[in-house]
Amino acid sequence: MAVKTIKVDYLARVEGEGAFTVEVRNGQVRRAELRIFEPPRFFEAFLRGRAYSEAPDITARICGICPVAYQMSAVHAMEAAFGVTVDGPLRALRRLLYCGEWIESHVLHIYMLHAPDFLGYQGAVDMARDHGDVVRRGLRLKKAGNQIMELLGGREIHPINVRVRGFYRTPRKRELLALTDELNWARDAALETLRWVSGFDFPDRARDYEFVALRHADEYPFNEGRIVSSRGLDIPAAEYERHFEEIHVAHSTALHSRKVAGGSYLVGPLARYNLNFDLLSPLARQAAQEAGLGSKVTNPYRSIQVRAVEVIQACDEALRLIGEYEEPERPFVPVEPRAALGCAATEAPRGMIYHRYRIEADGTIAEAKIVPPTSQNQPSIEQDLKEYVGGWLDLPDAELRHRCEQTIRNYDPCISCSVHFLRLDIDRG
Amino acid sequence: MGVAAGQCMVIGIGNPERGDDRAGRAVVERLRASPPAGVELRGIAGEAADLVELLEEAHGAYLIDACLSGAKPGTVRRLDLVAKPLDRRDFAASTHGFGLAEAVELARALGQLPAPCVLYAIEGADFAAGAPMSAAVAAAVGEVAERLRAEIEGRG
Repeated sequence: MAVKTIKVDYLARVEGEGAFTVEVRNGQVRRAELRIFEPPRFFEAFLRGRAYSEAPDITARICGICPVAYQMSAVHAMEAAFGVTVDGPLRALRRLLYCGEWIESHVLHIYMLHAPDFLGYQGAVDMARDHGDVVRRGLRLKKAGNQIMELLGGREIHPINVRVRGFYRTPRKRELLALTDELNWARDAALETLRWVSGFDFPDRARDYEFVALRHADEYPFNEGRIVSSRGLDIPAAEYERHFEEIHVAHSTALHSRKVAGGSYLVGPLARYNLNFDLLSPLARQAAQEAGLGSKVTNPYRSIQVRAVEVIQACDEALRLIGEYEEPERPFVPVEPRAALGCAATEAPRGMIYHRYRIEADGTIAEAKIVPPTSQNQPSIEQDLKEYVGGWLDLPDAELRHRCEQTIRNYDPCISCSVHFLRLDIDRG
Repeated sequence: MGVAAGQCMVIGIGNPERGDDRAGRAVVERLRASPPAGVELRGIAGEAADLVELLEEAHGAYLIDACLSGAKPGTVRRLDLVAKPLDRRDFAASTHGFGLAEAVELARALGQLPAPCVLYAIEGADFAAGAPMSAAVAAAVGEVAERLRAEIEGRG
């Protein structure tokens, strides 16, 4: 019997520690497992007994690359619990903070982690020897995102300027305007990025995914909207747990998410794009069309192109927000805590995050639940491995292993976040 | 953020709020009281793109970072980065698998690695959030600050 195991014990170019195993029997992929063995970090337990006002700073520590989405999801959930709405310039600044995080995170993944897969390099360092100018462009573009984070978040990682109800300090108009020249350069560089990645050779693969993302009436989603899916789901965040559940699997310290009705789903750039193409800025939409992308993209290997479209979107939106910004009278709106339950979902670069908090009358957190994007995408990653790898079984082990890694990196997985790094086993027997 | 032409940089790397990870920043703080002449002192969180940019601007760089190689806590190693690449396994703590070793190698691949480029690595023990620096690492911070001062001034 022809049996083969593809085994990677330490997957590079992803965040966190994990491994994967693909088991092949008689030319068929029998089993594909993404094994996450980082110890759980118990953030939800840390939050219990803390003041609601501490949640933004604590949850920002979950991830060094998408702290904004974690802390803002916490903030929105608290505000939902207290019945307060933050709008005007404060809401605009929150969107600007997301722009910074998306630029920083997407550009890191496109240039440093994913592009080497398509160009046949071991990593960004090897790629830089042949494509120095491209890598320099990526570094500068990423920095444009960092600068937004630094100004609004108070520092470049784990922002400390965000609070429930607004900010501790809001920027002066002139501080934001100082970012304009670099963001204009960044927007052009983002357009070049999309043209560059569109020249890559994409494996011809697609599945019938259920895409899940936020959808807002009139803006590409960052921090607000209803949870919608490509199969007709349309619910407020408060109903998330009626439709999605987390389960333990033996091979992972991260919980897996699935539909309550059964089946995997996909969150992240492809889902957002497919469910919100009409809400992209005219420039981003036109660039996508010129790159040959339709309004629906179901080939996950093209997620690198969709990330580039979202970088254009984020630069364009940042420039718009800065142009229209008017300094608010106060950096935050007043609110009184009350005993309540609050839920929120926002869009981290790698997909939707869901938070739920039960708050006591004095503002103490009684219960917290956090569902990161990589937990939600894990079953989909495994299904991709199972369905796509079959076509590549004739490849030598090293190439087959590389294809598997590339497939996982389509998701820009953030394993540290989901446990709340990666190894590959291909078992051909 | 520009650096005067010909300026040598001392760059302390680490997260000041994670126990021994603040060792690099602590060395910079120690030198700040009476900085060696002609040297710019910097403290960064370890974000790779920032470090590549600083290395491009610097005319000579001394980096200080905490590491986890299995050696005795507080052990100090001096590594000549121009002569030899870093072992990634010792400096793996980073965002998205892209940290100090990658930043140094990226700078080298881009032809932007300054000379000299030296790393003082201090073996850490406790990197927990909110933890204080361990005694062995705190002692090593003083030692590295003095060795660096002697090396930079000797270079004069």
